[in-house]
Amino acid sequence: MSILIDKNTKVIVQGLTGNTGSFHTNQALEYYGTQMVAGTHPKKAGQKWTADNGAELPIFATAGEAAEATGANASVIYVPPAGAAAAIEEAIDAEIPLIVCITEGVPVLDMVRVKAKLEKSKSRLIGPNCPGLLTPEECKIGIMPGKIFQKGSVGVVSRSGTLTYEAVYQTSQAGLGQTSAVGIGGDPVKGTEFIDVLEMYLADEETKSIIMIGEIGGSAEEEAAQFLIDEAKKGRKKPMVGFIAGRTAPKGRTMGHAGAIVSGGQGDAESKIAAMEEAGIRVSPSPARLGTTMVEVLKG
Amino acid sequence: MNIHEYQAKAVLKSFGAPVAEGVPVLSLDDVQKAVDTLPGPLWVVKSQIHAGGRGKGKFVEPEAGEKGGVRLAFSKEEVLENAKAMLGHHLVTAQTSAEGKQVNRLYIEDGADIDRELYLSLLVDRATGRPAFVASTEGGMDIEDVAHETPEKILTLPIDPMAGVTEDDAAKLCDALKLEGDARADGMKLFPILYKAFTEKDMSMLEINPLIVMENGHLRVLDAKVSFDGNALFRHPDIVELRDTTEEDEKEIEASEWDLAYIALDGTIGCMVNGAGLAMATMDIIKLYGEEPANFCDVGGGANEEKVAAAFKIIMKDPNVKGILVNIFGGIMKCDVIAEGVIAAVKETNLAVPLVVRLEGTNVEMGKKIIAESGLNVIPADDLDDAAQKIVNAVKGA
Repeated sequence: MSILIDKNTKVIVQGLTGNTGSFHTNQALEYYGTQMVAGTHPKKAGQKWTADNGAELPIFATAGEAAEATGANASVIYVPPAGAAAAIEEAIDAEIPLIVCITEGVPVLDMVRVKAKLEKSKSRLIGPNCPGLLTPEECKIGIMPGKIFQKGSVGVVSRSGTLTYEAVYQTSQAGLGQTSAVGIGGDPVKGTEFIDVLEMYLADEETKSIIMIGEIGGSAEEEAAQFLIDEAKKGRKKPMVGFIAGRTAPKGRTMGHAGAIVSGGQGDAESKIAAMEEAGIRVSPSPARLGTTMVEVLKG
Repeated sequence: MNIHEYQAKAVLKSFGAPVAEGVPVLSLDDVQKAVDTLPGPLWVVKSQIHAGGRGKGKFVEPEAGEKGGVRLAFSKEEVLENAKAMLGHHLVTAQTSAEGKQVNRLYIEDGADIDRELYLSLLVDRATGRPAFVASTEGGMDIEDVAHETPEKILTLPIDPMAGVTEDDAAKLCDALKLEGDARADGMKLFPILYKAFTEKDMSMLEINPLIVMENGHLRVLDAKVSFDGNALFRHPDIVELRDTTEEDEKEIEASEWDLAYIALDGTIGCMVNGAGLAMATMDIIKLYGEEPANFCDVGGGANEEKVAAAFKIIMKDPNVKGILVNIFGGIMKCDVIAEGVIAAVKETNLAVPLVVRLEGTNVEMGKKIIAESGLNVIPADDLDDAAQKIVNAVKGA
């Protein structure tokens, strides 16, 4: 099993015709034939988009029309920042179950509006400012490099794109492989938090262990740690390895990701690490030892 | 993006918030004119720098005197004396470096008789994904200290973005700030005004510390600190014009022109990395092996050869850099492109410090080959641990 996406997932692309959308749709099609079924563009409805492998994807004016015509159950968004929130809202209105927004640089107050709408909707949003998600040998949504993945037993969840790749690469090297990897994104207001993904990994039988990668800013890691403590009391627990980026980051500065900032006495690395260790997560001091640390943890 | 206090007050005033009359001055010649437009009998001369703690700060230059960066004046002559003492000199506060920040602008403001000092701010509360007011009766203090020592004196009130600030919300804030009479009536008007300013201008933080109850019973915004969401500046050209680049690090300005996320730090090892999380983790691992990073630098997912070369040159402008670590996990980025950029920059800058390059991901073999065949003194590394150890050893050995 996997979480959120598998070989049956059908994906539409909002922003297919741009450079980024085109490039990554080609990559997805090449990844075990991920079912990319259509694109959207307000002015190009009725046209076709041709993939590098010759496949033709129909273009629709809206996400709603695309989903209705193709039976898609997921949408990936590569729309530039100024229009990204509207694209997410369009997908919510179309009641698409899974919306993945890759776009970096969406204004925070746009996401405040989106989040309020999301709470009353049937959709789950991953991102924005995220690398997407991938289930090895089945489906790739977003920009993660497919070839570092290997089908296996580790569930990966992370706020950082490239650190997700480190965790994936290292668990592949260690021979463990992954059930799925989900990048929840580096923005302060986002659709899916650690707790949501951890819940799915705890429920997934094939996921035998979990790697969780956080970073400075906010208190999502602390909340996730409390969730894990509460679940463990109910007998739900899996071996976990963690990492927190930003131990050396100065206070009050935004470290690349809009959400990566220690401010108002909140969000520093040490308190997150302490909370995660309290929840039984083995927190690696080095981002280069996620895989080997997991091997050690599994040996017991 | 941060702005000065006087600019923040002008923005808030345009939304109808009660602020004192004041005039910003950039040179001593303007002081007399400024002070003549204000009624007195009390004036406040305030240093305008992008750092907090100005009142409790101290100037580096002895001629600036012992007093801090915010001074009271009881006559027009005293305003001029204080302006002379402060302008052009370096103010050190809890939030600046030891060298301090040069005061290039002053704000001369009408004084107020203070009855009570309160704290009020607006920010986006990450836990609820909503804008939230933070209010406390303990104004004029560091709110982090208040949160630590007397958390019961702080109210955090998230606002439903669909409804805005309701009467009920405003009343809760009035209660938390113990506002009565005229002050309460002022507060009921002020909170929706601040919320409107915050949301319409895409602020990321609006802090009024202190908000004061004057002796005449009315509220006034005595200090204001505002920062804006950099991702929303595209729709606020009026705000972009308020940017004061003299307040920013020269290297950081150049980096922003290349759309690079760069932050100058105090260590010796320069870093160039793709991805914010990996860039932070690279800094952390340098520290883990006993050295300090000289910078944070995320070249992003779509960097080309020119951008990589630009990043390299910006890192090299820091005289403290004694070695460089390039760490790229190419998902979208191709390692051969990175390698070409690094080689070009090394040649152009006549690099004289050790350079360790770790490449992984798309086209990694091509990238490694380009570096190996360049004939340049570049130390290749297999993984992040290896890379960090190699650069730390190289810098320590130098």
